[in-house]
Amino acid sequence: MDRRIALGGLIVAAIGLAGVIAFETRSIGSPAVASGPSTRIGGPFTLVDQHGRVVTDRDLRGKPTVMFFGFTYCPEVCPTTLAALTAWMKALGPDADKLNVVYVTIDPERDTPKQLALYLSSFDPRIRGLTGTAAQIAQIAHEYGVYYQKIPLSGGGYTMDHSSAVYLMDARGGFEGVIGYQEPTPQALAQLRALVRA
Amino acid sequence: MLRNPIAAIIAACAIASPAAVAAHDYSAGALKVGHPWSRPTPAGAPTAAGYLTITNSGPKADVLLGGSSSMASKVEVHQMTMAGGIMRMRPLPAGLLIPAHQSVTLGPGGYHLMLIGPKRPFKVGDHIPVTLRFQRAGAVNVEFDVQASAPDGGQPMSMGMH
Repeated sequence: MDRRIALGGLIVAAIGLAGVIAFETRSIGSPAVASGPSTRIGGPFTLVDQHGRVVTDRDLRGKPTVMFFGFTYCPEVCPTTLAALTAWMKALGPDADKLNVVYVTIDPERDTPKQLALYLSSFDPRIRGLTGTAAQIAQIAHEYGVYYQKIPLSGGGYTMDHSSAVYLMDARGGFEGVIGYQEPTPQALAQLRALVRA
Repeated sequence: MLRNPIAAIIAACAIASPAAVAAHDYSAGALKVGHPWSRPTPAGAPTAAGYLTITNSGPKADVLLGGSSSMASKVEVHQMTMAGGIMRMRPLPAGLLIPAHQSVTLGPGGYHLMLIGPKRPFKVGDHIPVTLRFQRAGAVNVEFDVQASAPDGGQPMSMGMH
């Protein structure tokens, strides 16, 4: 029964992701769109974490991974999602240790390892923050079908448009589904528990 | 009568500082500003969002142009939109129209005040002073209550494991 509910959640999530990809392919004329239509989600990457250590896709193998793309200048979606992830990890109890929880910045220009370390100190300490060069971030965003674009502001500075979903990957790096923004906690927890068993 | 000046100050503070969770309102001419609030911010967060409801009971429209705060470098009116799973945020340089006889809510997922460059992280229970700037009503001083959950019972923002 529980499994059927979890499967239903994954189907809903997959439909949501299909919507993201469909939307993305319609965004013509956006130079920073990192990805075209994706047939496969995920792939190799080399990035650096908030402590300055190199992290590759291989380092995440062996445990399922929960991955969110955001930026620290983001006032709502990113801190709310990180707060939700922190609460969900607490609710999962020991099962949370069976997951990698990863926050990848799509704003590597401002989100240095030092900035990520400071920012993530407000959340569950098991959340790893990843940054890299513009090319490295473009690569991982492309592989995950993540849309992001730098938007200059008239008063100086810039903001970022970006995909808001949380990606769920199995222990071999295979795509399992997504958790949408503001998905109710019971559904999100069901998906995470299913992911632990994946 | 409050003859003691200190008692008068304490009484004034009690009126000006409502309890953290209680709703609080401000009036300026035809405008009523309802329960300004903000969420706690992560360490090093370069931005914070401020939310409130503005009710215009007058016969003329007003415009929320922006604001200022001793607790942030800049205060601007922004709009967030979410479409197809993509989050977008844009400033409203011409401000936000508050039509006559209408209420406009700035809340999560939509219009908000963007507090750029907070002087320090916002903590639950803080009161963040902001001077709102309206085209017609002029400057209105309010305080944003920092609280973990939206007043309507939205998802709590629980941070910190340590």
